[in-house]
Amino acid sequence: MKEFFHRKIERNAIGFVLAIVGVASIGGLVEIAPLFTIHETVEDAPDMRLYTPLELAGRNIYIREGCYACHSQMIRTLRDEVERYGPYSLAVESKYDHPMLWGSKRTGPDLARLGGKYSDAWHVAHLMNPRDVVPESVMPRYGWLKTNALRIDDLGEHLSAQRTVGVPYTDAMIEHAVADARGQANPDGNEAAGVSERYGEKTNVRAFDGNPGLLTEMDALVAYLQIVGQLTAAAHQEAAVKEE
Amino acid sequence: MLSGLTVSERHAALFVLGALALVGLAMAVAGQGDPLAVHGYIVLAFSLALGFAVLSVLFAPEPPESRLSEYYDDPTRVGIILSLAWAVAGMFVGVWVAALLAWPELTFVDSAWASFGRLRPVHTSGVIFGFGGNALIATSFHVLQRTCRARLPDQFSPWFVLIGYNLFCLVAATGYLMGLTQSKEYAEPEWYADIWLVIVWVVYFLIYIRTLQRRKEPHIYVANWYYMAFILVVAVLHIVNNLAVPVSFGHAKSYSLFSGVQDAMTQWWYGHNAVAFFLTSGFLGMMYYYLPKRAERPIFSYRLSIISFWGITFMYMWAGAHHLHYTALPQWVQTLGMTFSIVLLVPSWASAGNALATLNGAWHKVRDDATLRFMMVAAVFYGLSTFEGSFMAIRAVNSLSHYTDWTVGHVHAGALGWVAMITFGSLYALVPWMWKTERMYSPRLIEVHFWLALAGTVVYVFAMWNSGIIQGLMWRTYNDSGTLAYSFIDSLVAMHPYYIARAFGGLLFLAGAVVCCVNVGMTIRMARRAQKAEAGGDVPVLAPAGE
Repeated sequence: MKEFFHRKIERNAIGFVLAIVGVASIGGLVEIAPLFTIHETVEDAPDMRLYTPLELAGRNIYIREGCYACHSQMIRTLRDEVERYGPYSLAVESKYDHPMLWGSKRTGPDLARLGGKYSDAWHVAHLMNPRDVVPESVMPRYGWLKTNALRIDDLGEHLSAQRTVGVPYTDAMIEHAVADARGQANPDGNEAAGVSERYGEKTNVRAFDGNPGLLTEMDALVAYLQIVGQLTAAAHQEAAVKEE
Repeated sequence: MLSGLTVSERHAALFVLGALALVGLAMAVAGQGDPLAVHGYIVLAFSLALGFAVLSVLFAPEPPESRLSEYYDDPTRVGIILSLAWAVAGMFVGVWVAALLAWPELTFVDSAWASFGRLRPVHTSGVIFGFGGNALIATSFHVLQRTCRARLPDQFSPWFVLIGYNLFCLVAATGYLMGLTQSKEYAEPEWYADIWLVIVWVVYFLIYIRTLQRRKEPHIYVANWYYMAFILVVAVLHIVNNLAVPVSFGHAKSYSLFSGVQDAMTQWWYGHNAVAFFLTSGFLGMMYYYLPKRAERPIFSYRLSIISFWGITFMYMWAGAHHLHYTALPQWVQTLGMTFSIVLLVPSWASAGNALATLNGAWHKVRDDATLRFMMVAAVFYGLSTFEGSFMAIRAVNSLSHYTDWTVGHVHAGALGWVAMITFGSLYALVPWMWKTERMYSPRLIEVHFWLALAGTVVYVFAMWNSGIIQGLMWRTYNDSGTLAYSFIDSLVAMHPYYIARAFGGLLFLAGAVVCCVNVGMTIRMARRAQKAEAGGDVPVLAPAGE
């Protein structure tokens, strides 16, 4: 019977094509579609904040240089990982990450809780030559970040593209994207106030690469690295609840 | 070769290249100050160069009607050469980046494009899409015509697919060097390259279906099932995973439509099935044709072929979630992914067993013929790495293996042992048929290549198994006082000797690929000489000297 059916289908090209597409679609539909509809997939985190334009630019440099291939940003629920890196990652923490950077390989350590762990100066030295601060490191040098001026004229367009895919940037954020990027890396300038106004008092506003005069790619990348894992405190709260 | 196109096909080619040149120009203009402009110029130069080539034969006479009595193999021949060129380039970059991990200061050029992070995707895409993809396109055109006993429906669309696909590969590779990537593993090229690939792929599908409709055989041959699944499902995966919003039409950069958990699941649904339908199904198509053909034995069991095919097509699509064990992905999805990954062993081994059982009664040929031995070893590695894959999908095992070099080793056991070996075996069978010679230029060089490839694979895989398992164990080792015994950097230092071994293994494999190129090149030369001798008859060779 089964044999008979198959003999029929393998003589009919269109039928065969449809059968392949049908059979292959089931798994994806069952596993992916509910993730968009089931509410429990992503927790609520009322304190969640957005990436500033400068941090977003830094994230794009992180992607551009392929950092994701060697550093994960996903702490699993295993005891040794929690002890080494910090509270395990929650879904909500990458809610605004288009795309996610969970990674699949750790040639270097996980970065999900990197923000605030080291000083800006450490990050700059590490990116200039990793072996200056970690002699055994096999990471490449990224010297050009310190001299490349950051492109900011199009940051408004970046923010509005982000809004199109679902990140709730406001009109004011999009309008002031360029000024906010400048302001965040120049605490003494008059554009700095707007950044904390729009993104919260706790936003890091400082000359990340140590030079407030020039806005470099280093500023952006360090600003991003200092915010990784800091968009919400939800993971720390969950860990505290468990310990009680 | 181009004068083999009919006059109207030449016109069509000119029209398409003209349109493509305009697209390139538009990209160059819109993308001022963005890497997109560089790609615009590349597309423009690419289409102009090809346009001139077509122009030069525009007024050549129509090809003879007798062409229709033969299969159309020119695209296959060019595809074989392109595939080998990408193999050497991709593997060379692979050895380079492997060496960078062992000796990070070994940068010949201290500039951004030569950094590990930008070269690494050139290796991945160069080998998977450049080498693998071209080999799949070339062999699929060959197999399709033979098994349908029908010529390709026209002569232009196969070129469109082959050349268009290579333009995609070129844009991808040059993009990585400029830092263009959407950071999705195996789906790194940006939005415009993705759109172009969809167009190419639709034409590829149309060639397949049109030829199948013209077939003179009642049954669709098994190899074509696999090639069809490869074309169709890769299209579905590619489109869904690459849904993104570009910053603007003047920007190369785009933002994925999905974020966080949903993006991770979509990415691994895609990523795992790129392995399933690009790197497995497509190459199984190769295996199901060339292995029985070379062994001169029918495939062992038709029923096993059916079970294996539908099992793979159905079950693989569920398995991607096993890449996300213990992460923020809901656990029911992780468990489903694990379950299907384990059951997948059945259809996978059905194919591996089917291939090996086909060799029953032909084992003396495996001993004497390195070409067939390539295919046999490929089937063995297919069995081994699908077993390893199912094993690694188990939660407890995955907690140790994930994020370590074990995964890298597993991927390369599949890539070197299965994908590359079945390809080399198939090419060694195919090249003499395509250039109408009795055999390859040197069977001894095939033998040399075989041992280089096998040794390279074994060295590579054992180095990565060791390094991966040591790494995983060090990360989770506690000392007596209940604290972690090793820092991350301790585990990194422990990897050093294995990274050197891996670079050496890769070097052996690359050397084998170079030997293959020499052998294929000499075979083509041999064929040309034979042709000349035939055409030239007994023209006197004595040329007057000194005049």
